[in-house]
Amino acid sequence: MTPAAATAVLAAPAPPGFLSPTGVEIAFLLVGLVTLGAALVSVTTRQLVHAALWLVVALGGLAVEYLLLTAEFIAWVQVLIYVGSVVVLLLFGLMLTKAPIGRSPDADSGNRWAALTVAVAAAVALVWVVVDAFRTTWIDLDGPAAGTTEVTGASLFRHWVLPFEALSVLLLAALVGAIVLSRKAKADAAAPAAPGKEGAR
Amino acid sequence: MHLAYPAVLSALLFCTGLYGVLARRNAILVLMSVELMLNAVNLNLVAFDVWLSRTARETLHSGQALTLFTIAIAAAEIGIGLAIVLAVYRNRGTSDIDKLRDTAEGPETAGPDTEGPGTSAAEKAEATA
Repeated sequence: MTPAAATAVLAAPAPPGFLSPTGVEIAFLLVGLVTLGAALVSVTTRQLVHAALWLVVALGGLAVEYLLLTAEFIAWVQVLIYVGSVVVLLLFGLMLTKAPIGRSPDADSGNRWAALTVAVAAAVALVWVVVDAFRTTWIDLDGPAAGTTEVTGASLFRHWVLPFEALSVLLLAALVGAIVLSRKAKADAAAPAAPGKEGAR
Repeated sequence: MHLAYPAVLSALLFCTGLYGVLARRNAILVLMSVELMLNAVNLNLVAFDVWLSRTARETLHSGQALTLFTIAIAAAEIGIGLAIVLAVYRNRGTSDIDKLRDTAEGPETAGPDTEGPGTSAAEKAEATA
């Protein structure tokens, strides 16, 4: 940084600190700690159903973070889709694969320490780079909210209509694909083994 | 608000999901960790969208639109993924990804009966763990 630029930075109005008078940082920090703790428990617990339930806490905490970032529409979509349907799907998957209730000792694979090394190295590198890159960047949360339903809807249906429609086709394809994958194959129905299987179910 | 708060939280959540993907054995738990990673990316998108919409007067709101698309694609992905896991469980009787070694290359995969050495190696690793 040249001296002129340095003086320009110094002459600029004092940058906002790490805390604002509204205290939104404190709320963000507390909810973030809860979210991160729930995520950590969710990936380390040995009880499979508890992992899904801690995932609910993590995803709900993220919805609160969206609200604190004034993105209310995203927050409610997060509550509806993630907390409402994805976790229910995961719980149904756990039940349909006969996941053991209670502690299962083989929830983690043998390469846990390699995974921990990779994750910690990635976390250190990412946090270092992010903090160093955005050291002097502040989000201005005052004024009209940037993510109300009106603003999001206007931008979505003014600029993003074609991707939106393509996404509906993708969802339809995923629906059909899930049905095709999860129903029994027709070829096996003709085989002699199929009636026994049907009777067993 | 300093931009580092959401960015650091997002990075830490992403690495938590990364650990879960690498360390978990049950396929459904791996899918849950993938959801965590996707959510970390969503938080980053929303934070940068709020920052840019005020600082750079960006009116496209691309971050929020991409977040909505990511959420929808994640819902599709979890549906397809669970259908695949259930099909695998119906065929094999297990959803442990350590035991699905049919396409693995190496000395222990000699023929179609690779289930025996694979499971024995997995059980050995379990016993030592």
